[in-house]
Amino acid sequence: MPRATYIDPAGKEHTLEADAGTSLMDLAVKNGVPGIVAECGGFMNCASCHVYVGQEWTDLVGGPSEGEMDMLDGAMSDVLPTSRLSCQVPLSDGIDGVRVTIAPEQF
Amino acid sequence: MTAPAVLVVGACQAGVQLAASLREGGHDGRVVLVGAEPHLPYQRPPLSKAYLSGEATPESLALRGRSWYDAQGIELVLGERVVEVDLDAAHARTDVGRELPCERLALTTGARVRRLTVPGADLPGVLYLRDLAHADSLAAALPGAQRVVVVGGGFIGLEAAAVSRAKGKDVTVVEFADRLMARAVAPVVSEFYRGAHEARGSRVLLGRGVVGLEGDDRVRGVVLDDGTTLPADLVLVGVGVHPRVELAERLGLTVEQGAVRVDEHAQTSDPRVVAAGDVALLPNPQAPEVLVRLESVQNAVDQAKTAAATLLGRVEPYRALPWFWSDQAGIKLQIAGLSYGWQQAVVRGRPEDESFTVLYLRDGHLLAVDAVNRPADYMAARRGLSRGRVVLSPEAAADESRPLKELLVPVPV
Repeated sequence: MPRATYIDPAGKEHTLEADAGTSLMDLAVKNGVPGIVAECGGFMNCASCHVYVGQEWTDLVGGPSEGEMDMLDGAMSDVLPTSRLSCQVPLSDGIDGVRVTIAPEQF
Repeated sequence: MTAPAVLVVGACQAGVQLAASLREGGHDGRVVLVGAEPHLPYQRPPLSKAYLSGEATPESLALRGRSWYDAQGIELVLGERVVEVDLDAAHARTDVGRELPCERLALTTGARVRRLTVPGADLPGVLYLRDLAHADSLAAALPGAQRVVVVGGGFIGLEAAAVSRAKGKDVTVVEFADRLMARAVAPVVSEFYRGAHEARGSRVLLGRGVVGLEGDDRVRGVVLDDGTTLPADLVLVGVGVHPRVELAERLGLTVEQGAVRVDEHAQTSDPRVVAAGDVALLPNPQAPEVLVRLESVQNAVDQAKTAAATLLGRVEPYRALPWFWSDQAGIKLQIAGLSYGWQQAVVRGRPEDESFTVLYLRDGHLLAVDAVNRPADYMAARRGLSRGRVVLSPEAAADESRPLKELLVPVPV
């Protein structure tokens, strides 16, 4: 099962694994990783699951869609080139081991 | 002395958040979360959307994994109902006789569907949509159905209608009011959605009531008050909900307009009891002199946080900006703020493009925004409205040469 490592707002690392297809948001929230609020449940309506993808992973993870960019635009924390809404990033074998930093503030 | 034991009745969006917020706030007393449904607490919005179209599973709907409750020290009791609460004696009892501690009580019992009472309403094939069991029944019935009649042109009905239509069913929506989603959006948005559903092949009948359902071993037709009968082999009813106030009534709490009355701290008429979510009648966070019921994930979550704060002895008035969304037929409707009492509804963009924004104004300021396929405007509205009063004239609102982000500058209240 592919794994993901989250660095939470306190700087603590959490490494979890899930079936491919599970979103990074879902994996974090179901397991209580602090800092991802995901109020709308993963349907791109709240911009509170904001993460920064580790630099070395951005090519493999890919960038946000246009709609995702529009939502990120209103996010509470600064939007960087590595920003993604974690509900829109499915875990896969292709990004096994991905590292993301959770944005310091969410809506 | 340890902190009081809190009993949270209703293991759902509001209940889970309330329990989570108690722990986040440092509460170290017992937290017991009781739910009548046998499933791990789950999110409801996908039931009329992704779950119905087969893109979500019961597991994916769960709000938290089971290990989360254990890690948080939240005791989960599922498949049982709290039938007796004695706050003086600080204990409660479920329908199977389980004794639970209850020094403080949180009511997050939500609401049940309002049922049709016309003749034939009990025929097989007449379905509702509120919980997972309903959604499973509907998902099982859809493949074999040909003519779906949706009674009620509110969010649930329209979302389910869109999914049914996308599956190739013959779909008719029957709405009693003269427009769709009448309580929630302005006429321009209602009219847009009527057109959008019809453009995708559904029929929308407005200003019609259902007076009966016909059929023998199952429903075969829906009889309208204009004398016509719509052939139907599946009827989905979405005509609203009734808050579950039985426990509140038994405890003698103030129940008004069929809901549990709370103040801006989610406090009920008993200082030991808070309530949050669909069950509550609360001061409008944007205009506290008006009482409202808010049926949304956002209210369940934010009001639950306020309720937890109250239980923790922190005084935080509930002022979170209401927001809401509805996904129908691939169209994204995102709503920021409550538009009750609007005086002008200014449209930016063109409904014909299936991309437009409606700004609701009153007394020279912005009340709310409905964004249709315009997430950038929705987020600009959420940011602006969350930070203070947004002064905006109808003329400025209509000036499309300036992006909305620039126009929505809040004046801190």
